[in-house]
Amino acid sequence: MDSTHHASQQKVSLEQVLRVAELAQLELTLDEQTEMLRDLNSILGHVAQLNELDTTDVPAMAQVKEVLDQAAEDSVKIFGSTLRGDQSRPSLDRGTVMEQAPETDGIYFKVPKVIER
Amino acid sequence: MTGSKPTKAVPRTIRIARQAVASGETKAVAIAERCYATIATEDANINAWLSLSKERALEQAARIDKMAERGETLPPLAGVPIGIKDVLTMLGAPATAGSKILEGYRPPYDATVVARLDAAGAVLLGKLNCDEFAMGSSNENSAYGPVHNPRALDRVPGGSSGGSAAAVAANMAVATLGTDTGGSIRQPASFCGVVGLLPTYGRVSRYGLIAFASSLDRVGPFTHTVEDAATLLGVLAGHDAMDATTSLEPVPDYVAALDQPVKGLRIGIPEEYFSDGLDPEVRAAIEKAADDLRAAGCTLHKVSLPHTRYAIPTYYVLATAEASANLARFDGVRYGLRAANATSLSGMYRQSRDAGFGKEVKRRILLGTYVLSAGYYDAYYRKAQQVRTLLTRDFLQAFHSVDAMLTPTAPTPAFKLGEKTDDPLSMYLADIYTVTANLAGICGISVPCGNSKEGLPIGAQILGKHFDEATVLRLANAVEQAQG
Repeated sequence: MDSTHHASQQKVSLEQVLRVAELAQLELTLDEQTEMLRDLNSILGHVAQLNELDTTDVPAMAQVKEVLDQAAEDSVKIFGSTLRGDQSRPSLDRGTVMEQAPETDGIYFKVPKVIER
Repeated sequence: MTGSKPTKAVPRTIRIARQAVASGETKAVAIAERCYATIATEDANINAWLSLSKERALEQAARIDKMAERGETLPPLAGVPIGIKDVLTMLGAPATAGSKILEGYRPPYDATVVARLDAAGAVLLGKLNCDEFAMGSSNENSAYGPVHNPRALDRVPGGSSGGSAAAVAANMAVATLGTDTGGSIRQPASFCGVVGLLPTYGRVSRYGLIAFASSLDRVGPFTHTVEDAATLLGVLAGHDAMDATTSLEPVPDYVAALDQPVKGLRIGIPEEYFSDGLDPEVRAAIEKAADDLRAAGCTLHKVSLPHTRYAIPTYYVLATAEASANLARFDGVRYGLRAANATSLSGMYRQSRDAGFGKEVKRRILLGTYVLSAGYYDAYYRKAQQVRTLLTRDFLQAFHSVDAMLTPTAPTPAFKLGEKTDDPLSMYLADIYTVTANLAGICGISVPCGNSKEGLPIGAQILGKHFDEATVLRLANAVEQAQG
């Protein structure tokens, strides 16, 4: 592909990799830091191709249904999805759920201390 | 089938398995045991299975046998042994998603697709290996070791549903379920020489699917035949109150649709799918499939999907963004792995995620977090969402003049284990013909259409309009029939 002419531009710095890792709650070893810096720059270099396209008046698409609804006027009408009624219903039994917890007192999930002094 | 020579092989199709059970020729329990015997001998070389649910399978099989003995009407999948990709929840079985972070986790409910197979009489054999959180194109990202392609053990089976494709190809199950976020059903089907169906977004429930990218994820079947794919889609499809994105669109009789001739159907050949990088043997096999469809009465039309070259970058922005949000739930609090000696909450999150996630998952979480972060959201995430609209419009436009499209499923036959593991970008490019269907929400299928000189399977991809699986299946059936 023609990503090579973008690849020389470093888009992401090591500082940014570390900041993003912090946001994502990930720890990275020194080796991983180097590798992720290289890979993110390579992948984002490829992604930069998207800038060739003028998308000024193009709506953003988050879900398929939005586009189908817009297209429906000139093609076959697609039946829409529905939301279920806003009514309370039985959920999973607490004991069943807690069986999977790494640490629990049977009622709550237990975690290490949250507030540091 | 002949009855003269009792065979110990696992039945090849749903029709054969169900008929054998219904007629009393074979017990459902015996079929399940044959599957487990095959797994015991074959899977040491393939590594398709992560866990076996013998208790649940044999109970169900015994229940079906009793029904058959009493002469009751049997459900559509009575006694049919089916494997489940390990990103779907199944009561009584672990669900690892191919990750260490879910080691030991046993979900307390059935995914809707699992419950529907169960209600239809299927015998659920166990859980199948896959790339970690379905992130990969070769099944080499599983924390539980790679799957080997049954057709050539030094080759990858494709991914991420590599175990699901391999289990059918090696006759360890009659059918399996996989999931497809960017090609993860169709590409391994192509690599292993089986049929893999991608239903339209909203056609099949995602409830109980461990989410990778929620606006792209689909569940679909792997089978030996197109007819079996049609049978399974009929069981899996339909609205589900537990997944608000499932459609109310009625579910047609997909098996009956196969009897309608394909004569007169207009097949689009998108020029962008036959450019540089396409293996010559794959190209020749797809051209042969096109000739077969023409001989069956279809007309072939050149079409253009002009934004195709932007599909891979668009996909890797949107899929990783959604993954970074979806995988935030794995934090060591409610289930799965928790780092042992953490003294603070944030330390526990980080140490658990560091120990639990593999390299590709971390890479995608980082990329996804980056494209969503302040200052980059508009440049990457929003831009990719806009290009997704353009890619979808390409299809809607083309489908004004054709009924379906024929393309290669993958640019090459199965590559060698280890061949692409050091270069994520070259691995991502293996999805070049499959990701667009996920972005646009349309349906598709990969059907075997020949072999390379080395004997590696080649798959033809047929792409169809939203909710028009019936046409896709009819055309795939015609390609299959022409193989002889």
